Amino acid sequence: MSGLFTEAFLTSLVLGALTAGLPLMLAGLGEQISEKAGVLNIGIEGMMLFGAYLGFVVAYYTGSVWLGFLGGGLGGVLVAAPMALFCIRMGLSQIVIGIALTLGAEGLTALLHHFQFAQSYPRLPAVPTLAIPGLSAIPVIGPALFDRPPIAYLAVLAVAVTAYVFRSTQFGLSLQAAGDKPAALDAAGVDVARVRTCAVLITGFLAGIGGAFMSQVGAGIFVPFMTNGAGFIGIVLAMQARGRPLWVLCGALLFGACLSATTALQVAGVSIPTDVIQMLPFAAVLMVLVLFGRRASLPPALGTHYVRGAR
Amino acid sequence: MSETTQIGGDALLARRSGAWRERLRLVAMALGPVLGAIVLSGLVLLALGVDPIAYYGYVVDRGLINPYGLQATLTRMGPLLLIAAGLIVAFRAGIWNLGGDGQFLLSAVIVAALGPLLVPYLPVWLVLLVGLAVGAMVGAVWSLLPALLKAYQGVNEIITTLMMTFLGVSFANVLVKLAFRDPATTVPQTRTLIVADRLPRLFDTTVSSGLIIGLVAIVAVHLLMTRTAFGLKLRIVGANPRAAVHAGLNVPLLTMATFALSAALAGLAGAVEIMGVQGNVRADWNPAYSLTVVPLVFLARFNGFASIAFVFLFSVLSIGGESAARRTGVPNFFTLVVVAILLIMLGITEYLDQRRRAAGK
Amino acid sequence: MTQTLSPSEPLADARPVVSLDHVTKRFPGVVANDRVSFDLWPGEVHVLLGENGAGKSTLVGMLSGLQLPDEGGVLVEGREVRIASPARALELGIGTVFQHSMLVPSLSVVDNMALGGSWWSRPDRDGVARKMAAVCADIGVTIDPHAKVGSLSLGEQQQVEIVRALMRGSRVLILDEATAMLTPKGADDLGALMGRLVKLGIAVVFITHKLNEALAFGHRITVLRLGRKVGEIAPERLAALGPAAATAEIVRLMFGTGATATEAVATTVRTRPNGAPVLEIEGLAVDDPSVPVAGIDLSVAPGEIVGLAGIDGNGQKQFAEALAGQRRLAAGRIRLGGETIERLDVGGRRQRGLRYVTDDRLGEGTVGSFPISLNLLLKQVGEAPFWRRGIEQPEAIADHARRLVSEFDVRTPGIETAIGKLSGGNIQKALLARELSGPTRAVIFAKPTYGLDVQNIRATRQRIREAADRGLAVILISTDLEEVLELSDRVAVMSRGHIVGVVDNDAGARNRVGELMSGVTA
Repeated sequence: MSGLFTEAFLTSLVLGALTAGLPLMLAGLGEQISEKAGVLNIGIEGMMLFGAYLGFVVAYYTGSVWLGFLGGGLGGVLVAAPMALFCIRMGLSQIVIGIALTLGAEGLTALLHHFQFAQSYPRLPAVPTLAIPGLSAIPVIGPALFDRPPIAYLAVLAVAVTAYVFRSTQFGLSLQAAGDKPAALDAAGVDVARVRTCAVLITGFLAGIGGAFMSQVGAGIFVPFMTNGAGFIGIVLAMQARGRPLWVLCGALLFGACLSATTALQVAGVSIPTDVIQMLPFAAVLMVLVLFGRRASLPPALGTHYVRGAR
Repeated sequence: MSETTQIGGDALLARRSGAWRERLRLVAMALGPVLGAIVLSGLVLLALGVDPIAYYGYVVDRGLINPYGLQATLTRMGPLLLIAAGLIVAFRAGIWNLGGDGQFLLSAVIVAALGPLLVPYLPVWLVLLVGLAVGAMVGAVWSLLPALLKAYQGVNEIITTLMMTFLGVSFANVLVKLAFRDPATTVPQTRTLIVADRLPRLFDTTVSSGLIIGLVAIVAVHLLMTRTAFGLKLRIVGANPRAAVHAGLNVPLLTMATFALSAALAGLAGAVEIMGVQGNVRADWNPAYSLTVVPLVFLARFNGFASIAFVFLFSVLSIGGESAARRTGVPNFFTLVVVAILLIMLGITEYLDQRRRAAGK
Repeated sequence: MTQTLSPSEPLADARPVVSLDHVTKRFPGVVANDRVSFDLWPGEVHVLLGENGAGKSTLVGMLSGLQLPDEGGVLVEGREVRIASPARALELGIGTVFQHSMLVPSLSVVDNMALGGSWWSRPDRDGVARKMAAVCADIGVTIDPHAKVGSLSLGEQQQVEIVRALMRGSRVLILDEATAMLTPKGADDLGALMGRLVKLGIAVVFITHKLNEALAFGHRITVLRLGRKVGEIAPERLAALGPAAATAEIVRLMFGTGATATEAVATTVRTRPNGAPVLEIEGLAVDDPSVPVAGIDLSVAPGEIVGLAGIDGNGQKQFAEALAGQRRLAAGRIRLGGETIERLDVGGRRQRGLRYVTDDRLGEGTVGSFPISLNLLLKQVGEAPFWRRGIEQPEAIADHARRLVSEFDVRTPGIETAIGKLSGGNIQKALLARELSGPTRAVIFAKPTYGLDVQNIRATRQRIREAADRGLAVILISTDLEEVLELSDRVAVMSRGHIVGVVDNDAGARNRVGELMSGVTA
């Protein structure tokens, strides 16, 4: 155990936490926006996956990392749009449509990938990093935290932006009202369906970028089903964070650290199966639910279709 | 909830002509989405440069007409039917048990580990029976936490069951890699139940008797839900929880029972898959059947017999698709696309039907 | 934004600020408002008084833009307008504070007020808070602008809504059942606030069914009954009458005169039952966040109908549910035929002969998507002969259903029809069939004729009478005083979770019950 707290181990752990955690954070942040507006977005897994695929493809063909992330966000929106149409406009079950979209995205991305690349898994060049002068020279955490691809900084910035939007914009207030008391929002002259549609599309965009992060930064390749439940973890993060973006970031980093701890431990010469570590965050969250289950607060209108005048 | 109001009188008049129209409507509502999905999926194929007619022809041939294909299809149905049965119980009782995959996989691993251990000491039939019982129990145990949280704390079961699935999948892998690993193989997997010790095959075919278990289970569940007092109680809780309280039903207890039954059936599916088809569990194996069966059960509107039909259709698609993958180059992921499109078509049909009825009033 | 909150001369204007001119509003099967005319004068609290179902909410709905009248016109400052949406109502200067709060509990007061600006703008919290402070100062209330709405009391939330309406330039303020959820102190505060509002020249519509509040806070009183305006008392007349005479006048308007009630008293004269009580309730108490119920003592003899009168939401529901076994008792005893039953569950009490006809017919009384046959057995699932060893016996169930459907005259296409598709009257018949068949000793009827048409009301009341004639102990919960007086042998009045009085149903009962109901202490 003497090698556990070496510099190499810590660097690897922090780096891993960030790489694995940021996509989760983006998903959780997106889900949080949907949930705040009263939409339980089970389709987020599909949005991430489609983002991962489209992000990869765009980056692969254009050679541009930035266009890749943009494509990823667009991919997420492409899956989010039907969700908005079916669940918010038509009032279909958010759970059924969410599952359908996830399955569809899984199938479609695998299919498209297969037809484009057959069995070859082309690799993207490593995403260039941006070292922040000064900070990146700090030992251990410096290279891990401050020598990352620019998108990582933007993702963290998104937390601050989301927090700002929630707290200090009309849109943030509308989101809160749409999930808490849609009738009050309607009475204030704001179109509930429009607010919720926007929320779902933004969720798609963030989740898509999260997916693209996984394929472009995390793996460098696209593999079918590669999100592997990250979207669902995002749902859990959003629910546990209870509307606070910063908590999503912390939770995501915790999950990310657990998910990547194996690699770090291998660096330190300890071999524990990934799966043991991967269980930790879920076990922790379940513990929290057991202890504070009654207090878990979700928007009252979550998952319900809003019809004016109906009670 | 309260918009259902007076028709009474005109319903009497429209009764006769309405009966036929009602039947036609139901048929249209079942077939419409299926046809729509086939056409739309065909368009997807076309876009990918695959001749949809040739593809569907191949799927039908390899999943349905070819004897080996048909036998594989029927074998595949066994665990799927059990999962469907479990979902029917839960959904009819208004419980979103989305944790089927964890319940399935964990049961599969434990049964796979237990089977070869028991074989030297017990007759085969007893090993199989114990395996099935243990599988069901493991599934049920894995739903205990979400069940308690839902019944007594009101915690949303969608989240907890999904979490238990992730936990279960990882835990299953831990068990395979650390506890139950077969020392004789290089790839981490459990010891293998030899073919002779598995669930018997039906007659002279390769069809596993898991199919019979699945059919019996889903018919039994259908009858349980539609013909018994217990099933009716669950349906009351699902359809109107407040009416259940008014009628004096013990809602938390019934919720627990629903979870136990639903998860036990998913666990049983795991046992059947192992003892009928796989024989062992390899590390990182997760067929994710449960999430795929959810849409099928929805398409069947929670009806057991209709679920058999849809599970059959899906099995043909997936077995045929697996063969077609080799031949036409369309990977079997395509099945997922078809199911997703089917589900969305179902949603749209339902929506149109509601609008039509609202307009008719 | 034309509103300036400066005191103006009351009654200086020669014309009403808002008028309804013979408006009629129909809903399927009901005429909710029948040629109602109604004028609102600035500087006046105009009370709209009436029982539940009298048409008050519909009238409010047409003023606040939730509903459009089928006939008749709405005039604002003498011009005919069409109030098609709540936003339009606000534009016209009509602000409404609904009975159920229209505030987002998880947002702060200022955020609630700022809601609805352009999307990416920052809510102008300081500006809103300043404007709020000004309005608050004008009308003499204090509200912390940064408090979360969910942490405020209901009375404070109401003040927030009033302030919000004024900030949006309302000259007319509609308070819909504003005191229904308030404590007596909260109600008094609101009354004082209304007084200050009208001094600023605002026209206030105060909807209530509490007589005492109408008298205490109102300048002009309009009484609605069964969708019609049955009377209006102008300010001068109200002042001239004095409280006692005004009360008598209003009771006469609200509940009809003794003369008009005679049409109903064509029933057989019931012999006054005086056997040993079959249902005895002692010190019953129920914990409830909104209306805790305590100290209920009541006993009912076989064949006796005890009416439980009172304004809706004074604990009747809690009491009935606790009695039926759906709710935990906090304290108290219940004896049925001498046997203690408060520890039994719903099924156990039912088996011993206690029945409960709920007023929430679709919400909890039935499962709308299930066939009538099963709904008739909803409380007997698993019992022989309809289930044997847990297996459904379709023949027995169908026979049972056919028998009850014909016996109770349920009009339905068939016994397999989903009960939710039936009319309200037929659903009620099915519920009565379920609760009145089999061995029965005591029945609780909760608002048994609520929402029914005249024919079904008559049929239902006949069933209640028959139940008593069979020797059952009957508790009749109703907010319709007419009904209670028509059917009951004794009348208990419930208010704020307590029984405030029990009177024999004799000639003087109407006035005494009316007073007890209205909170006028005798």
